Amino acid sequence: MKDRLQQFKLGLKDGIPIALGYLAVSFSFGIMAKGAGIRTLEAAVMSFTNLTSAGQFAALGIIQSGAPLMEMAAAQLIINLRYCLMSCSLSQKLSGSMPFFHRFLMAYGITDEIFGVSVCREGTLSPFYSYGLICAAVPGWTLGTVLGAVSGDLLPARLLSALNVAIYGMFLAVVVPPARESRVLSGVIVISMLASLLFTAIPWLNGISSGFKIIILTVIIAGAAACLFPVKEESHEA
Amino acid sequence: MKPDTYLYIFVMAAVTYLVRLLPLTLIKKEIKNTYIKSFLYYVPYVTLSVMTFPAILSATDSIWSGTAAFAAAVLLAYRRKSLLQVSIAACAAAFLVELILV
Repeated sequence: MKDRLQQFKLGLKDGIPIALGYLAVSFSFGIMAKGAGIRTLEAAVMSFTNLTSAGQFAALGIIQSGAPLMEMAAAQLIINLRYCLMSCSLSQKLSGSMPFFHRFLMAYGITDEIFGVSVCREGTLSPFYSYGLICAAVPGWTLGTVLGAVSGDLLPARLLSALNVAIYGMFLAVVVPPARESRVLSGVIVISMLASLLFTAIPWLNGISSGFKIIILTVIIAGAAACLFPVKEESHEA
Repeated sequence: MKPDTYLYIFVMAAVTYLVRLLPLTLIKKEIKNTYIKSFLYYVPYVTLSVMTFPAILSATDSIWSGTAAFAAAVLLAYRRKSLLQVSIAACAAAFLVELILV
């Protein structure tokens, strides 16, 4: 169908910045994996099957120390619990008439970045848009891992350093435009950033892992915002 | 004995996939509750903001290039530029500042 192809292409296009950002991040992951004694193929398989940055970085230390598999399972559960929130949120964007099997494929691609781009689309989310995003992002993530593991000095350090901000630029492109029309959203964004800064700056808070910090702040701030400024039907002006 | 690396990879992939899959397959109906709907509406904004700041400031080799990237991205995003344009502008700003500084 023409519409499906169009959605897929749109997803591919929006996936380019994700792939660029992933390339830079997974490149450094590849270098670290190599340092932790993991083979290139193993690192590539890990990136392709897990598609998660924080979880994979944490896994390196766990594998290296030879910890029990249960510890790996528990660590991944806590670090990646934020995907659970994102998955809940995404479930509300899907059309009831969409064939059920799409949910199994779309679930694979729930990452911070793919979620961030998908959830802010107007109306219902086409699975083909998600597939476009996934088809751009996954090769970037996997390829970057291989390149990093094979040759840590393939890209000039300066370029690599600049590429690191691609993902954050994309996040800002997602959250800032809707905040123009809503003072509540602007407030939520500023408070979230300040709270996140506090968690980095205060000594006994900065020991908390980044995955857990995201969960705590999301539950508290989104929970408070929902209490104070409930969103009315189909109105973004809360 | 230390488990095989592929066994670790399988366990982490399985846990991560289930965390992503369960809500998506279990919640089939539209949520009617205003509070939960509002909460889910705010979730991406909080999550993305928390992940972006202050991480963007330390993502590059210098805090100044990170700050330049942040400023460039906010400015272009405010002007409703596309994801790709905002991203490239952030990278370019970081790159240019590092060229001058380093």
